[in-house]
Amino acid sequence: MLSRLVLRAAPAALRALPPPVAVGVLHTTRPLHTTQQSLAPVPPLPEKGGEVRHGLIPEEFFQFLYPKTGVTGPYMLGTGLLLYLLSKEIYVVNHETAAAACILAVIVYGVKKFGPDVAAFADKLNEEKVATALAMKNEAIQSLQTAIEEEKKEQWRAEGRNYLFDAKRNNIAMLLEASYRERLLMVYNEVKKRLDYQVAMQTLKRQKEQDYMIQWVEKNVVQSITPQQQKESIAKCILDLKALSKSAHAAV
Amino acid sequence: GPLSERPLLEVRLGELHAWIGTCTFSPRGLRGAVQRAWSSYCAKYIHVRRGGPAGISMLLAGYCLLSYAWNYQHLKQHRWRKYH
Repeated sequence: MLSRLVLRAAPAALRALPPPVAVGVLHTTRPLHTTQQSLAPVPPLPEKGGEVRHGLIPEEFFQFLYPKTGVTGPYMLGTGLLLYLLSKEIYVVNHETAAAACILAVIVYGVKKFGPDVAAFADKLNEEKVATALAMKNEAIQSLQTAIEEEKKEQWRAEGRNYLFDAKRNNIAMLLEASYRERLLMVYNEVKKRLDYQVAMQTLKRQKEQDYMIQWVEKNVVQSITPQQQKESIAKCILDLKALSKSAHAAV
Repeated sequence: GPLSERPLLEVRLGELHAWIGTCTFSPRGLRGAVQRAWSSYCAKYIHVRRGGPAGISMLLAGYCLLSYAWNYQHLKQHRWRKYH
């Protein structure tokens, strides 16, 4: 916690110091990324190296002596120098001279004969390296390109979102309508059931009343038939039957 | 350009004395000089696309000369003549 206090107090304290001291004291306040990036792209290698004559002496030496001594100057210088060294025996001729001469001869023969082949082989190796690096770079660029195209396609696809929303809205409206109608039907059914119940109750009650009344009337009538009335009605019925049978006989 | 920033090959003979005065002979300065010389030699003769035998052969020749110079006192004893 105390460190947090210190960190908060640091910029205020730095502002109190004169500017150059402040910049030197706390390195994180210096501005970043102000210089131009000088590391990339790396400049390509030069095609050929400096010119060298006879494999040993740079061309600049010959050019340096050309204005004063012409073309043969350096060679004269070389010959004179060689003779001076030999005659004063500053260069001593011994067994190493013979060895050096043989080695030089072999080296020169080898370079003259196998030089171009080795150079071609090395060039091929370099070419392969460069080709793989280039292929990687191209592949990366290609993949990024396809990614860009995919992204554009996705953006185009996203433009059709209005159609999607319309379809969804239609769906939802239909669902709402369907559920509304369902509920309407349910309400109708329920109300009808209750009304039917009431109607059934009323018919039942009326029927029961009717039945009871008929039963009561019959009971009373049966009760009111005295035995004498019963005898009279039976005699009447017999007379009627006789009359009917007579008329039936007559008809037949 | 100014004298102190020119490479040695571009200094004229008359200015050589002044030029030597401007270089720093501290170990860091000498190391920097050797580093610069080696890197300029490499950039000119070795780090090229199509080099030849010249780059290495000059180094070998320089090595031969240096070793001859360092062994001169011993080689002087194998002279063929006494008086030249």
